[in-house]
Amino acid sequence: MNFITNLIGGLSLGGIYAMIALGYTMVYGIAKMLNFAHGDIIMVGGYTILVFTAQSVHPLIAIALAIIFCVGLGVVVERVAYKPLRGASPLAVLITAIGVSYLLQSLAQMFFGSGTKMVTGLDLGSFNIGSLKISVSTIVTLVSCIAVMVALNLFVKYTKTGRAMIAVSEDKGAAQLMGINVNLIIMITFAIGSALAALAGTFYLMRSPSIYSTFGSLPGIKAFSAAVIGGIGSIPGAMLGGILLGVVEVFANSVSAIAPYTDAIEFAILIIILLVKPTGFLGKKRREKV
Amino acid sequence: MALLEVKNLEVYYGVIQAIKGISFEVNKGEIVTLIGANGAGKTTTMQSIMGLIHARAGEVIYDGQPITNMPAHKIVRLGMTQVPEGRRIFSELTVYENLLMGAYTKKDKAQISEDLDEIYKIFPRLLERKNQVAGTLSGGEQQMLAMGRAMMSKPDLLMLDEPSMGLSPLLVDQVFEIIKHFHEKGTTILLVEQNANKSLAISDRAYVLENGKIVLSGTGEELLASEDIKKAYLGG
Repeated sequence: MNFITNLIGGLSLGGIYAMIALGYTMVYGIAKMLNFAHGDIIMVGGYTILVFTAQSVHPLIAIALAIIFCVGLGVVVERVAYKPLRGASPLAVLITAIGVSYLLQSLAQMFFGSGTKMVTGLDLGSFNIGSLKISVSTIVTLVSCIAVMVALNLFVKYTKTGRAMIAVSEDKGAAQLMGINVNLIIMITFAIGSALAALAGTFYLMRSPSIYSTFGSLPGIKAFSAAVIGGIGSIPGAMLGGILLGVVEVFANSVSAIAPYTDAIEFAILIIILLVKPTGFLGKKRREKV
Repeated sequence: MALLEVKNLEVYYGVIQAIKGISFEVNKGEIVTLIGANGAGKTTTMQSIMGLIHARAGEVIYDGQPITNMPAHKIVRLGMTQVPEGRRIFSELTVYENLLMGAYTKKDKAQISEDLDEIYKIFPRLLERKNQVAGTLSGGEQQMLAMGRAMMSKPDLLMLDEPSMGLSPLLVDQVFEIIKHFHEKGTTILLVEQNANKSLAISDRAYVLENGKIVLSGTGEELLASEDIKKAYLGG
C-alpha cells in the first residue's frame, strides 16, 4: 500500500521536475545555452501567486497571472541579457545566466524580505481509496504534467512553429535559409520554458506552501540534473530524467535510514550516469561542424 | 536587367580579409558560376550575400533593393534562397517535413501541396523515402532533398554552393541536369563550383575567384576555352 502511495507521489514530483527540466533542455537545444536563471523563474512564479492570493484573488486566476508574468519575465531576460551575447563564448553566457539568477533572488529579497512566507489557498485536501490516503494536489499535479507533456510533444511534432524549433536546434544557418526567424523561435522557446516553470512552481507550492528567495534553486538544480540524465537537448529525455529523479526522491525519503541522504543519492545517480553514458539516456552525440 | 548585384563586397574573419572588394552581377534568366579553388572565398561570398556572414563593406542589391547584411530569413521572403554547402538538411526530420520547412514562408496549403507534387515528380526517390528520417538518406539523396527543399520556397534566384561535392560521377550529371531543369522553368541560377568543366558548360557567364578577388570573367564558353582556366581548373 505504501508502495502505491510512494509511486504516485514520486511520479507526481517527477512530473514537476520534468516540467522544469523541459525548460532547461529546450533552451539548451535551441539557443545552445544553459539558462541557470531558469530555477529562479519558478521562485518568481511562486511569489506572484503569493502576492495575488494575499489579495484574495482566486487561486486559479493567481496561477494564470503567475504564468503570464513569468512568460513576460523570461522573454525580457532573454532579450536584455542573453540576446546581446548571441555568438559570444559559452562561458560569457553562462556567467550572465548566473548573474541573472542572483539578480532575481536579490530582487525577491528586496521586495519580500529574506524570511519564509506561506502561500494559502493552494491546499486541495485529500481523499481515501480504501486505506490509501492520497492528496488531491498529487493527482492534479500528475494529470497536469502528463497533459502538458503530451501537448508539448504534439506541438513540437505537428505544428509549423514546433518543427521550426527542431530545425533551429539542428542547424541555425539552414533554418534561416528556410525563412525561419531564429530570434523569434528562441523567444518562443523561452516563453514556453517560463510558462512551464511557473506551472511547476505552482505544483511545488501545493506540496509545501512556503516560499523564499532561493525557493527555485533546489528544484532547479535537480531538474537540470534530470535534463542531463535524460540527455540535454532531448525533450523525451527531460521527461524520463525528471520522473526518474522524482520517483527516487520519494522512495528514498520513505526509508528513514537513507532519507537524510536523498539529495546525495539523486546527484550520485547523475554522476554515475554521466560516467557510464556521457550523453545521458536519450542524448545524441553531436558531431562538431567544421 | 540585373537581378542580383554585388558591388565592392568586403568580408573579414577577424583581421583577415577573406573577400577583397568583389563586384559581379547575375541577370534575370541567367546561369552564372563562380569558380575557384578551395579557400578562394566562394562560400564566404555566398553566405554574405545571403546575410549569414556580416559584410564589412560593399553593397548587395537584389531586384533593385539593397539587402546588404539583411538577415537571411528576410532575404528568403524576397525570393532568393540558397542550397548550402554540405546540404545541411534537417536530419531528425522526415523527408516530407524537410520539404515542408522549405515552404516555411508560404501560407497557401493547396499551393504547397501542388509544389510538393512537383518536387516529387522531379525527385521520385524523395517520394519513395517521404516518411524516412532524412539523416538516413545517402549523400546523393540528401543533395536532392536539399535542392528540393530550396525549390519549395519557389525562388526567383537560386544559389547553389558546391552541389556536386562528394557525389559519384553519375549523380553529378544528375545534379547538373536538375539545375538545368530549374533554369528552364524560369529560375535564375548562381552556382558556386569546383567542378569547373561541368559548371562552365551550362553557364551563360562565369567569374573566377582567387584569394578573395575576381581575376577573370567571361561567358562560359570563353572561360572553357581559356588557357589559364584549362591549366588551373580543368586539369590540362
